[in-house]
Amino acid sequence: MPKRTDINSILIIGAGPIVIGQACEFDYSGAQACQALREEGYRIILVNSNPATIMTDPDMADATYIEAIEWQVLEKIIAKEKPDAILPTMGGQTALNCALDLDKHGVLEKYGVELIGAKKHAIDKAEDRELFDDAMVAIGLETPKHRMARSMEDALDAQKELGFPCIIRPSFTMGGSGGGIAYNKEEFEEICKRGLDLSPTNELLIDESLIGWKEYELEVVRDKNDNCIIVCSIENFDPMGVHTGDSITVAPSQTLTDKEYQIMRNAAIAILREIGVETGGSNVQFGVNPEDGRIVVIEMNPRVSRSSALASKATGFPIARVAAKLAVGFTLDELSNEITGGATPASFEPSIDYVVTKIPRFTFEKFPQAPDRLTTQMKSVGEVMAIGRTFQESLQKALRGMEIGISGLDPVHDIESSDADNILLRELKEAGCDRIRYVADAFRKGMSVEELFEHTAIDRWYLIQIEDIILEEKALANEGISALDKDFLFRLKRKGFSDKRLADILHVDEHLIRNKRYELDIRPVYKRVDTCAAEFRSTTAYMYSTYEEECEAEVSDREKIIVLGGGPNRIGQGIEFDYCCVHAALAMREMGYETIMVNCNPETVSTDYNISDRLYFEPITLEDVLEIVHIEKPKGVIVQFGGQTPLKLVTSLEELGVPIIGTSADAIDRAEDRERFQKMIQKLGLLQPPNATVRSLEQAITEADNIGYPLVVRPSYVLGGRAMEIVYNEAELKRYIKEAVQVSNESPVLLDYFLNSAIEMDVDVVSDGKQVVVGSIMQHIEQAGVHSGDSACSLPPYSLPMDIQNIIREQCVKMAIELGVVGLMNAQLAYQDGEVYIIEVNPRASRTVPFVSKCIGVSLAKIAAKCMVGISLKELGFTEEIVPTFYSVKEAIFPFNKFPGVDPILGPEMKSTGEVMGTGSTFAEAYYKSQSFSAMNIKQGGKVFISVRDADKAELPEVAKSFHDLGFQLIATKGSADVIAKAGLPVEKVNKVMEGRPHIVDMLKNDQIDLIVNTTEGRQAIADSATIRSTALRHSVYCTTTIASAKAVCDAFIFGGDISVNSLQDLTASVQ
Amino acid sequence: MSSSAYKSAILVLEDGSIFKGKAIGAEGISTGEVVFNTAMTGYQEILTDPSYAKQIVTLTYPHIGNTGTNSEDEESSQVWAAGLVIRDLPMLASNFRNEQNLDAYLQARNIVAIADIDTRRLTRILRDKGATNGCLLAGYIVSEDIEAAKAQALQAAKDFPGLVGMDLAKEVTCSSQYEWTEGSWQLGQGYDGQAPATNYHIVAYDFGVKRNILRMLRDRGCQVTVVPAQTPASEVLSMNPDGVFLSNGPGDPEPCDYAIAAIKEILETATPVFGICLGHQLLALASGAQTAQMKLGHHGANHPVQDEEQGRVFITSQNHGFAVDEASLPENLKATHHSLFDGSLQGIHRTDKAAFGFQGHPEASPGPHDIAPVFDHFIKLMSDRLR
Repeated sequence: MPKRTDINSILIIGAGPIVIGQACEFDYSGAQACQALREEGYRIILVNSNPATIMTDPDMADATYIEAIEWQVLEKIIAKEKPDAILPTMGGQTALNCALDLDKHGVLEKYGVELIGAKKHAIDKAEDRELFDDAMVAIGLETPKHRMARSMEDALDAQKELGFPCIIRPSFTMGGSGGGIAYNKEEFEEICKRGLDLSPTNELLIDESLIGWKEYELEVVRDKNDNCIIVCSIENFDPMGVHTGDSITVAPSQTLTDKEYQIMRNAAIAILREIGVETGGSNVQFGVNPEDGRIVVIEMNPRVSRSSALASKATGFPIARVAAKLAVGFTLDELSNEITGGATPASFEPSIDYVVTKIPRFTFEKFPQAPDRLTTQMKSVGEVMAIGRTFQESLQKALRGMEIGISGLDPVHDIESSDADNILLRELKEAGCDRIRYVADAFRKGMSVEELFEHTAIDRWYLIQIEDIILEEKALANEGISALDKDFLFRLKRKGFSDKRLADILHVDEHLIRNKRYELDIRPVYKRVDTCAAEFRSTTAYMYSTYEEECEAEVSDREKIIVLGGGPNRIGQGIEFDYCCVHAALAMREMGYETIMVNCNPETVSTDYNISDRLYFEPITLEDVLEIVHIEKPKGVIVQFGGQTPLKLVTSLEELGVPIIGTSADAIDRAEDRERFQKMIQKLGLLQPPNATVRSLEQAITEADNIGYPLVVRPSYVLGGRAMEIVYNEAELKRYIKEAVQVSNESPVLLDYFLNSAIEMDVDVVSDGKQVVVGSIMQHIEQAGVHSGDSACSLPPYSLPMDIQNIIREQCVKMAIELGVVGLMNAQLAYQDGEVYIIEVNPRASRTVPFVSKCIGVSLAKIAAKCMVGISLKELGFTEEIVPTFYSVKEAIFPFNKFPGVDPILGPEMKSTGEVMGTGSTFAEAYYKSQSFSAMNIKQGGKVFISVRDADKAELPEVAKSFHDLGFQLIATKGSADVIAKAGLPVEKVNKVMEGRPHIVDMLKNDQIDLIVNTTEGRQAIADSATIRSTALRHSVYCTTTIASAKAVCDAFIFGGDISVNSLQDLTASVQ
Repeated sequence: MSSSAYKSAILVLEDGSIFKGKAIGAEGISTGEVVFNTAMTGYQEILTDPSYAKQIVTLTYPHIGNTGTNSEDEESSQVWAAGLVIRDLPMLASNFRNEQNLDAYLQARNIVAIADIDTRRLTRILRDKGATNGCLLAGYIVSEDIEAAKAQALQAAKDFPGLVGMDLAKEVTCSSQYEWTEGSWQLGQGYDGQAPATNYHIVAYDFGVKRNILRMLRDRGCQVTVVPAQTPASEVLSMNPDGVFLSNGPGDPEPCDYAIAAIKEILETATPVFGICLGHQLLALASGAQTAQMKLGHHGANHPVQDEEQGRVFITSQNHGFAVDEASLPENLKATHHSLFDGSLQGIHRTDKAAFGFQGHPEASPGPHDIAPVFDHFIKLMSDRLR
């Protein structure tokens, strides 16, 4: 029986901003769901607050709401759109929780909306640990021994029964947020307290420890006729104890016999039936005792997940797409397996003839105060997947795709360190983010497989293969480059060694190895991902490289454009760049080119084989890209959409004759090289903050004296403000230079005079090489000094005078023409004391492109891509800036709650993982929506704590008065209180932490504060006030760290909260 | 382990395709039909499945041998496959049940095997060309004179007559009648679990039976007597069985005239009959239908089979190169199951008798257990008859 005809419109809930534990895999699933259901003729209404997603493109749904995913907001949308059904299984835990809220508050009943894909009882049964456990007992499956706890007393009781170590997991939190492993009472109490706070139901599950057990996941799909299939099995390289999102994982499972695997398969299917997942995809996790094979059920998610995205990419079976169709009544046998061109049905289990390895990507360097050990709470921000014919090959490909400066199992351990042995042991026993490299180093030191198994509990099957890689490395190092004959080099390439890694081992340049390889005629072949291990012919060009006999690339003779993707997500380079790559690919398809995507991030839409004509799932490295160019011979390669990853390759690629289209490598260098850039600015008669490029400490001190303090200091060539700081005096500068030169490997350090009360702007322009059109000007809410990626911004500007805006427009156009930009350019400017300063210019796609595109209703990335193949802006009909009549605010979202103890202050180093967007007819409404104030329950008339730096005291009376007028009681530290009192406002004084007790942190802990305005500068002052902000974070008190955002908060409160919801389609129709 | 520890091996197909790799099993020569299997687990069960007699099996999953081998996962008393072709033999086997590494296991059983070849290239050739014969040559003969070895192997591949018309059931069957008492394997208990008390007496024809079929019959309370392939019907019927089971097995069903005759005779009585794979094909032949070699046989553990009555889809284990021609089904034989991969016939049921057959492998081992309920149908037919 085909699809349901009793429903016509479906509301799909997205996952909201990218956060740790919920990344762009839900853009992939949501976008697939939209497409899958729209092609069946349903009217699709989509809600997602994340403007950087592909799914929120206006042509993905009939009505797209970029609104907060909160039941109060959804109720308004439901009232307006009257959907027949809601599909809550595509947007992660956020969407499921929101669906439960809608049910709890009677919204579903009131408007007669049906949940499809997962029913309430099934969600409850899967998510509520006690119900889940009962369900498992009912079908004869074992779960880890555990107890529920609803208070600290309960928890301590439970602990006595379960012993140490034990695992604590709060209910209903995403990514295992707030959980952890406790080895002693102190840790136990700390984790329990945090967990009880974080769990929306104030419940904890305390589990017996299965540390060292093997961990598996099965991706199951079920239809309404009870047909069940396992799409993929995944085995974790890291044993239990490390969150599966933070584990290296391998597909398919490697070390189960058929008998054991079938027990797991039967269990997974039985679990779906028992939980009552009637249709769709679910993920079931198991632990296996390596000693006797005992299997326990860890958990299940009744929705698509990060793992299902991985499984989809690993097998070629699009789980989200299929799950969406099943939700509206199709059965698996009615759907076709698209990858074989419909030759086979979707009701089968993919068989794969390669090995897939996923490695998570971490950014602990951004949060130096946070513990950097891997636990049951997820901390990674992205991942890389690689496909190879063997584990060794896929592992080494994944490692070089990580973009952390390694090209394989590069050594990490400093064996010269006095404490080397202890460090090594600790890294093996308590996993950090580089454990696999420490494993390799341990083999380098001569440790045996057995010893390593003892320390890590990593299966010997994996360990011996890492040992073999190290043995090969040693053999090569001993024998030297002359030993690299055809057999030896081919064997190494088959094991996944990159040219770069071989070059490093031999201390030669990469091109020597490459040339040797060409001489010996050793080239990779490309095999297809086809879901069926070649049993059926595949019509889909989804490929990976390997060293084998037969190549299946079947290259066409059409004109081709290659788009290089952005690799793994990380802070500073995320979904925004994937959005741009996807749009570039779509634009090139529209222009009639054969479009080829190269990327290695399994979470993304760009690695959906439907987006481009051909997909190469490959690391973005020089070697891998050159080989694809060699076989495909494209007309052009686009590098400017994937962020820093492909951009880094541009010079080498161009030198080797690869046809880069768009802005030239030289222009990119001219914008990125400080000295060349400065010359250009001077030539154009523009202003920069006084600055200097320095290469030594002495030079830095001299130059700093010339420029004057404060200074923004940073290494050159970085993305996301890595290691960027503001220094206020020579001592701070000295300390910084010592650290920065270390992190940036002898590359120069940049000093800029810091404009400490400037308004900052982001401008995106697009150029065809002759004409330049401004995409938009965005005004940052936070003043200069906060990284642009972390700052909220308003489009159009909300307080910047029009004449200044016009000056900015002129200056940006000038720069784009001078650089010869073809495609996109982003500029950051600052306005202070009547002058406009150029902060930086990047002739490439920026983080703000998707946001701007949503606001103006035109895809800048598509226009730019078309310019790059020679179409003029005039021909494209895009010759004038579009200035929307409504306001849009983009706000950054931070992962601070995953890193307890971290100071959530904003600064020049980017820390946000995602963004949300709010729209309104006024700036105040847009800002209100961007802050999710409707869900925050801030009491008007509550207490606001104020403590501001001297530079902000001039503006303090205005802010204080606004809060006072709004009915807030003012509480301030002495300096601020004096200013407020002088302005004639009532204010209560409170001690700073070092001024004696009771102090502000006591008040925060006693829940006596509702809102915080805390601005500060200088290293010492920031350190002194850090406990205020981190305590606020723990107690979920809204905290603003700039005076500008405090003003915006007041504006938002004055607006009041009577928000309207408008679809993007309606909003942008009013623009054009 | 360095690759030089192994001798060389070659696989040559009758069309002249050559694959060079390393010998991971016994030294020697072996010819047969070359088939691929896409199951990602269960290589030991596949090797010991008698249906693979005279077939050289290539497994499409690249790492084979990860879990080693053990005495529990044997589907018969020996390896029947004529040879094994894989991409990679892992350096170490890792599983709590491992007793012997795969290469040592193959060597001990004198099975020729090759690793390190592009098995996907081989699979694509087999997929496009259909049933193809080949020769696997391993050991010193290859190292000595590779050109001579290639020529020898090609000749042997060409000389292999193919499986059409080949009665292999006779060769793989047991030599004498025996009772089977073991039930299914259970985690933590192995085969030590108590097999239930016996309710029905079944006589099982061994045309190359897999042990798991017998175990699953035993699980369902059956007393199982296994008889050799050429046992006359009279002898079987004289045991007064509650049901007769026709096992899986290798080769072409058509030349098994003795079995077809016996089944015809049994069908004249009211005794319930259940056939799997070759047994299913023999039931069809005995009922007047025809069988033929398929261009591309089914070998895998992911095949969807749809039940015509309820529309349910079962993921099944498959291993057959011959099939019943649906167009030839007589009036009294209805189609009950079809493959959703190629639409081929997967199940038949007599409309006038308590007799049915299933083409795939409901006993799994290896593969999913989804279609195990067909065993229950057999039990139901027997209980209906007794009622």
